Amino acid sequence: MDIGWFLAVSALIFTIGAVGVLTRRSPLVILLCLELMLNAANLALIAFSRMHGNHDGQIFAVIVMVVAACEVTVGLGVIVAMHRRRLPIDVDELQELQG
Amino acid sequence: MGEVLFFVAGIGAVAGAIGVIAVRNPFYSVLALVSHLLCLAALFLLLRAEFVAAAQVVVYAGAVMVLYVFVVAYVGGRDDPLGPRAGSGLRAISAIFGAMLFLELCVATLGSGLQMIDSGGTPVAASFGSPEQIGTLLLTKFLLPFEIASFLLLIAAVGAVVLARRRGGLSASEEQARYSAMDLLRPAYTGTMAEGVGGRHTLPQAAGANQPEDGA
Repeated sequence: MDIGWFLAVSALIFTIGAVGVLTRRSPLVILLCLELMLNAANLALIAFSRMHGNHDGQIFAVIVMVVAACEVTVGLGVIVAMHRRRLPIDVDELQELQG
Repeated sequence: MGEVLFFVAGIGAVAGAIGVIAVRNPFYSVLALVSHLLCLAALFLLLRAEFVAAAQVVVYAGAVMVLYVFVVAYVGGRDDPLGPRAGSGLRAISAIFGAMLFLELCVATLGSGLQMIDSGGTPVAASFGSPEQIGTLLLTKFLLPFEIASFLLLIAAVGAVVLARRRGGLSASEEQARYSAMDLLRPAYTGTMAEGVGGRHTLPQAAGANQPEDGA
């Protein structure tokens, strides 16, 4: 299968994730859409790694997965803290960072 | 064979991605993302990235998504409004933005003039992408990023605990709910971990009644 097909799928998934970040209002779903974008980037990295025939892109993808796990942990912690303080789980109504 | 598997997994991945943003209930969004991740792991296998595909299934679809499911169940999976607030015009703008972003990404990657983009890639050895190769690279050439990633994970774990911890102790009703009938029956200091750390907690009106009764 040509590498270009994988890159096209990667671009499509990245676009869907970006549109989701723009349109959805729940922070949980926005975090899910960020995951989509990171995974699209991973797919492109691995496709280029296959194209060049060396492993550097795959190592890069593993590190991206680690960073994504960290981002999810902290983001979900923030959402749980918001829920504890009875704040609305809606990015349109959360307009200030002041704790 | 490879083509069939590519189209099945690719369509599954795109359908899962659309499901994430098009479903009202966040719980179903998480399940759509799990199917998306599994299809993406199949695509990774087609690209000879065995170790990354296995890590994707185990770490992402297994561990991270379980965390998501717990938080969605905790926060409450009520139905969310799908789009932006009515009348803001954000829906049309985001559709235009998405189309332009897709075109731009296609031009940037497919129109890059790379010669091997229309081929299956460089011929590689059978051990390409195996755990042995990845592990060797992680412990030799990429040792510093590996260590930094481990520190990042540690910091994120501590940060999540600090962010989500309970501030200001328990409320009165929660404090009440921690008492049980067993508090009256068992000997002192044989109860919970909280008791060992914070001292004996007793029912206020029964403070004198919890002496160990089995003296024999």
